[in-house]
Amino acid sequence: MTRWGMVIDLDRCTGCGACMAACHQENNLAAVGPGETERSRAFHWLRLLPEVEVARAGWFGSEHGAASDVIVSYLPQPCFHCDDPPCVRVCPVHATYLSDEGIVAQIYARCIGCRYCMAACPYNAKVFNWYEPEQVDERKANPDVSLRSRGVVEKCTFCHHRILLAREEARAGGRELRDGDVTPACAESCPAQAIVFGDLDDPGSRVSQLARSPRAFRVYEDLGTEPKVYYLTEKG
Amino acid sequence: MTAGTEARPSSAPAHDLEDVELLRSIEEHGVGFRVASGLLLLVILAGWVLFGRQLLYGLGVTGLNQPVAWGFYIVNFVFFIGISHAGTLISAILRLAQAEWRRPITRMAEVITVIVLAIGGFHPVLDLGRPERALNIFTSGRLQSPLLWDVSSISAYFMASTVYLYIPMIPDIALLRDRGTRPRWLYHFLAWGWRGTPRQRTVLDRAVGIMMILVIPIAVSVHTVISYIFAMTLQPGWHSTIFGPYFVIGAIFSGIAALLMVMIVMRKVFHLERYLKHVHFDHLSKLLLVMSLLWFYFTFSEYLTAFFGNEPSEMRVFYYKFSGPYALFYWGMVACNFVIPVLILSFRRTRRIPGIMIASIAVVVGMWLERLNIVVPSLANPRLPYPTGFYVPSLVEWGMFVGGIASFMLGFVIFARFFPLISVWEIREGRAESVAHTTERIEGYLPDPRPVESSAASGEA
Repeated sequence: MTRWGMVIDLDRCTGCGACMAACHQENNLAAVGPGETERSRAFHWLRLLPEVEVARAGWFGSEHGAASDVIVSYLPQPCFHCDDPPCVRVCPVHATYLSDEGIVAQIYARCIGCRYCMAACPYNAKVFNWYEPEQVDERKANPDVSLRSRGVVEKCTFCHHRILLAREEARAGGRELRDGDVTPACAESCPAQAIVFGDLDDPGSRVSQLARSPRAFRVYEDLGTEPKVYYLTEKG
Repeated sequence: MTAGTEARPSSAPAHDLEDVELLRSIEEHGVGFRVASGLLLLVILAGWVLFGRQLLYGLGVTGLNQPVAWGFYIVNFVFFIGISHAGTLISAILRLAQAEWRRPITRMAEVITVIVLAIGGFHPVLDLGRPERALNIFTSGRLQSPLLWDVSSISAYFMASTVYLYIPMIPDIALLRDRGTRPRWLYHFLAWGWRGTPRQRTVLDRAVGIMMILVIPIAVSVHTVISYIFAMTLQPGWHSTIFGPYFVIGAIFSGIAALLMVMIVMRKVFHLERYLKHVHFDHLSKLLLVMSLLWFYFTFSEYLTAFFGNEPSEMRVFYYKFSGPYALFYWGMVACNFVIPVLILSFRRTRRIPGIMIASIAVVVGMWLERLNIVVPSLANPRLPYPTGFYVPSLVEWGMFVGGIASFMLGFVIFARFFPLISVWEIREGRAESVAHTTERIEGYLPDPRPVESSAASGEA
C-alpha cells in the first residue's frame, strides 16, 4: 500500500517562497488581500514559518561573525498528513478523513464549518473561508482542483489531483507507478530542490531513504500524531 | 372527599384563597408586561439584524481569525449552558434531600434551565460557517466526535428538564383553569385533565420522583461533555483531566448566582416578600459560598499543575492569562468568583439581599470571564506559535451576546405572564403536610426511648 509522505531539507531551503506561490496557483487558493491578512486571516495551504535567531553580540562580535546579528530561516509547512490525525478524530460529520493512501482529506460539500478540526490541529494546518472566496477567473483556474465556497475548512491535499493524473499516465503506459512520478506543485517549483515527495512505505524510494537520515526530524513528534512530513537539518 | 385531597389545590377552588396573590400577576397583568416584552423584542431584533450580515457575508464579519477560530459564540455557549445548571440540578438535589425550604424556589430554578438551555444550545449553530448544513450532524454524524456527545447530552437535558418543569406545573395550571383565567384554551389544554384525584396525585409524585433522579446524571453529563470538547484536544491549557468536574462545579456555581439574581428581581417586581424570605436567600447564598470555595480549589489545582510542570507551550498560555494581554480578565475572574463573593457571603452582616445581589452579579460576570479565559488564550497561543493570535469581538458578536441575554429575559417575562413563578400547590402541600412530615422525620432520627423494663434491670445491676 502506498503511504504518501514528504521530506523537506531545511539546509537547502533558501526561504524564497516559490513553494507557497506555486501552491496558491496550483490549488486555486483565494486571495484574501492585505486587509484580511492584517486581521490574521492569511490564507495558505503551505506556510513559511519564520525562525528568527538573534545572536547577541559579545565583546568580540557575535559567534556568526560581525556581518549580521539576526539570522532568519524558514520552515515551509504544508499539512503534515498525520497518520493519527487529531483533526479527523474530532470532526462531527466525517468531513475530514484519512484516506487509504495516508492523505488527510477534506470534503468541502459536507463540512459544516464548525472549525473544531482547526481548534484540534496542533500545527494550525487548516484554513477557513471567512468570506466568500474571491475566486480566480475560472478560465485561469486549475481545472483539476475544485473551487471552495464560503464557510468551509480547507487544507493541503498533497496535490492529490497530481497523484491521480500520474497514476492514469502510468496505467496508460502499462506500468506501475514509479518513484518520482508524482511531484506536488511545491516540490516542482522549489529551485533548491529541497522538497522530495514519494511513498514512505517503499523502502527504496528517495523519500523514505531521506526520512531515515539521522538529520531527519518531525515537528512535535512526541504528540503521537505521526506526521508524514519530515524535515532535514544539520542544526540540533 | 378525604382530608388528604382537601389540601389539593384544584379540588378546593373557592374557599382556599391563601395563595391567590401568586396568581394575581397572571390574572391582572398591566402594561408592564407589554412594555417589557416589547423592549426586549426590539433588542433581540437588533441582534438578529446584525446577525443578518453574518448570514449574508459569512463568518468574516466576526472578529475570529486564523489561530483564534472560536470566540464569543463558543464562550457564550459554554456560559449559557453553565447557567442552565441552576435550575434543574439544584431543584432536583433539594427535592431529593427533602429540603423543605426549596418549595418557593424550585419553579424559578427550572424555568431558568429550560430558557437558557434553548438559548445556549442554539449558539453552536450561530458559530457554523454553513448553518444550513447543521443537520449533517444527524445524517452523517460521527459518534467519536465530542461535538456529537454534546448534541446528544444537551438534547437529552433539554427534554428531561422541560418535562421536569412541566409535570410539577400541572396542578397549578389546573388551578388557573378552574379559576377561568384567560386564555382558557391554554390552561385547559396544558392541565391535561388534572382533577386532583388520589390516583393522579400518586402518579404525579412518582413522575416527579423519577424525573428528579433521572435529571441529575444528565445534568452532570452535560457540562462534563462540554468540557470534553476542549479537554479531548491536545491543545495547551485545554488538555486537562480535571476539566470535567471543573466545568460542572463552575456551571452549578454560575447557576446558583443566576438563580439568586432572578429571585431577588422577581421578589421586587411581583412583591413576593412573604414567600421568598431571608432564610431562603441565606441558605442559597451559603450554597453559593461553598461553590465559590470549590471553584477556587479547582482553579488553583488547574493552574498550579500547569505552572509547576513548566512546559513551554503550557507556560505561554499561562503567562498570557497571568500577566499578558488577558491579565485583566484573569484577575477580574479571580476577584469576581472568589474574592468578592467570599468576602460578602462569609459574614452574616453582609449576607443580606443587597450583598447577595452584588455577590451574584459578580459571580455571573466572573464565570463568563472564566469561559473567555478558557476558550481564547489557548487558541491564541497554539503549540506551534505561528502566528500567535489576538481576538477582538465584532459588533455582530456583541449584538448576539446582548440578544442572548435579552432572549433570556423575554423568556422569563413571558413565562411569568402565563404561569405562577412559585409553585402554589407545593406551598400549600408544605403548609398542610410537611410540618407533620418533618416532625415525624426528625423524631425518626432521635434515639429510641429507652425500654422501661431493661432500664430498670440495668439500674439494679
